[in-house]
Amino acid sequence: MAEEKKEYWRWTESRWTNPDIDCKKGEVITAGVDVGSVSSQAVVLVDGKLFAYANRRTGSNSPDSARNAFNWALEGTGLTESDVHYTVGTGYGRVNVPMAQRAITEIACHARGANSMYGPTVRTVLDMGGQDCKAIRIDSKGKVESFLMNDKCAAGTGRGMEVFSDLLTISINEVGEMSLDVEEEPEPVSSTCVIFAKTEATGLLRQGWPKNKVLAAYCLAMARRVVELLDRVGVEKDFAITGGIAKNRGVVVRLEKELGLKALTPKYDTQIAGALGAALFAKGLYEKQKAAKK
Amino acid sequence: MLANYGFKDGSGSFFITIDTDKCDGCGKCAEACPEDVFEIGEDEIDPFREEPVAKIKKEDTKKIKFTCAPCKPIGSDTPLPCVTACEPGAITHSW
Amino acid sequence: MITAGVDIGAKTSKVVILKDKKNIGKGIATTGLDQEASANEAFGQALKQAGIKLEDIEKIVATGVGKDEVRNAQATITEVGAAAKGAIFLNPDVRTVIDVGGEEGRGIKCTEKGMAADFAINEKCAAGAGAFTEAMARALERPLEEFAKLSLKSTKSIPMNAQCAVFAESEVVSLIHAKIPHEDISRAVHDSIADRIISMVRRVGIEKEVMLIGGVGYNVGFVDSLNRGLKLEVIVPEGPEFVGALGAALKACE
Repeated sequence: MAEEKKEYWRWTESRWTNPDIDCKKGEVITAGVDVGSVSSQAVVLVDGKLFAYANRRTGSNSPDSARNAFNWALEGTGLTESDVHYTVGTGYGRVNVPMAQRAITEIACHARGANSMYGPTVRTVLDMGGQDCKAIRIDSKGKVESFLMNDKCAAGTGRGMEVFSDLLTISINEVGEMSLDVEEEPEPVSSTCVIFAKTEATGLLRQGWPKNKVLAAYCLAMARRVVELLDRVGVEKDFAITGGIAKNRGVVVRLEKELGLKALTPKYDTQIAGALGAALFAKGLYEKQKAAKK
Repeated sequence: MLANYGFKDGSGSFFITIDTDKCDGCGKCAEACPEDVFEIGEDEIDPFREEPVAKIKKEDTKKIKFTCAPCKPIGSDTPLPCVTACEPGAITHSW
Repeated sequence: MITAGVDIGAKTSKVVILKDKKNIGKGIATTGLDQEASANEAFGQALKQAGIKLEDIEKIVATGVGKDEVRNAQATITEVGAAAKGAIFLNPDVRTVIDVGGEEGRGIKCTEKGMAADFAINEKCAAGAGAFTEAMARALERPLEEFAKLSLKSTKSIPMNAQCAVFAESEVVSLIHAKIPHEDISRAVHDSIADRIISMVRRVGIEKEVMLIGGVGYNVGFVDSLNRGLKLEVIVPEGPEFVGALGAALKACE
């Protein structure tokens, strides 16, 4: 069972240890640490199997955020930092992960992590973060075949949704569910640009649209925009969503409808995909290093 | 792998795609580009690739539409220097 | 001959009335939900100024995003065509028109006859239009005019990383927290939008004289950044936001 701390309103911190693994019997222990703009995760693997993870809020600097997540993942497992053979850092703050021997981009780590988390049938991975949106197509081994990252424009990112939650004065946790509470799906907001969409929404409110209908129009616009990004890399099933916005049903339900594909249901917290991928790379890199020494 | 560098916003899609299976890391694109947007280095998306690969500099991806503008005058279809320089044909532009 | 031009823009609607190609009245109104109503309001002002009645106008030509909504117009002209016509009428030496409105930016190459030879456009993204500076002024909690003037006092050029108005708002807020002087923030904002506009206009080729039209022409900070970036002095006509309506009124004379 994941232990949960409820003090952060935006999302829930969590940690988990696999009760079926005896880490003392493991030969190779590796870790992945993903320092994002909003959240940081650490994953520990024993012989390539998921042993423990922690998902925490990112603090004021990357090294401390990395250490906090890493220490929490190891807490109570009997393992210490010196037991970990190889650590890979990823995410926005990847070059500032003190315990890491190497940094690898989020794209590669999310691809690898999604392959492990959702299984080898996953071909398309969408990662919607707070400030960017990534579309990745992978093969059965989790190797990237095509990718794009949109971090220029706020449309299609968590930030765009925050602007709307602010405009309508509705908590970011509720916007998704609330947008589904409409009798009929309205036309989507026509502007892609968040600034113009906001102006459009203000006009709709003035015309007497209720907030849930405006949210429905925005969630649909967001879903359509994400579909356009996915089309560039080519959508193939199975399809998986990682990152924070996976938790916004208003966008996910509409996205599935637009794509005509159901997103796979994750076994673990969707936010650990990057750190899990990093830990898997760590295993490969450690073995490569060991082979080179022989 | 198809590496798409650039962005999409309300005004359109602006991506430079590098086919890393075709790219041999020769660096001719970087020499040809008048705006210096290319760099040759390790493949950050495929950590197990040994050979260097061409990529777009991080600081240019968010403004590629504007950075590439001098090579794309309106009403002219002059071939793009980077695309022309690339012998294996690994580079394409989405706009 | 009395003619009128109506320009229904995303933010404002403008009307210019000409008598034998002389400006005798103009009006401006905020484009609300009802584009026709805003056109009528602008018309009312212009007619009052001209001291004439609507029936006295022989021909009306409409332009702007809402040009098809103007029911009393006999013809329409594209925004680009109207801008070129209006600019060349005001100054026959103009060869490049930079038109920056609230929601769009355009670069237009003109012939000496006042025709648009080529144009580049940035639309549907606030980062390339007047909406960008408006959002940044709001982030600094200053009126737009004051925010624009601040830029001229800046002595330091600092780069802005964000290329999106929403992300730039956060960047401005962090610059404020970092105690960066507001004048330097203002200049960074104006330099960044001017950079994007200049790259767009370069696509049509920049040839002298260069005229800046559209409501952003009033923004002295933007004009300063544009001049520095282009290494020339752009011409800003009186009433830069009326040039499109003027072009439409001229079209009505033909």
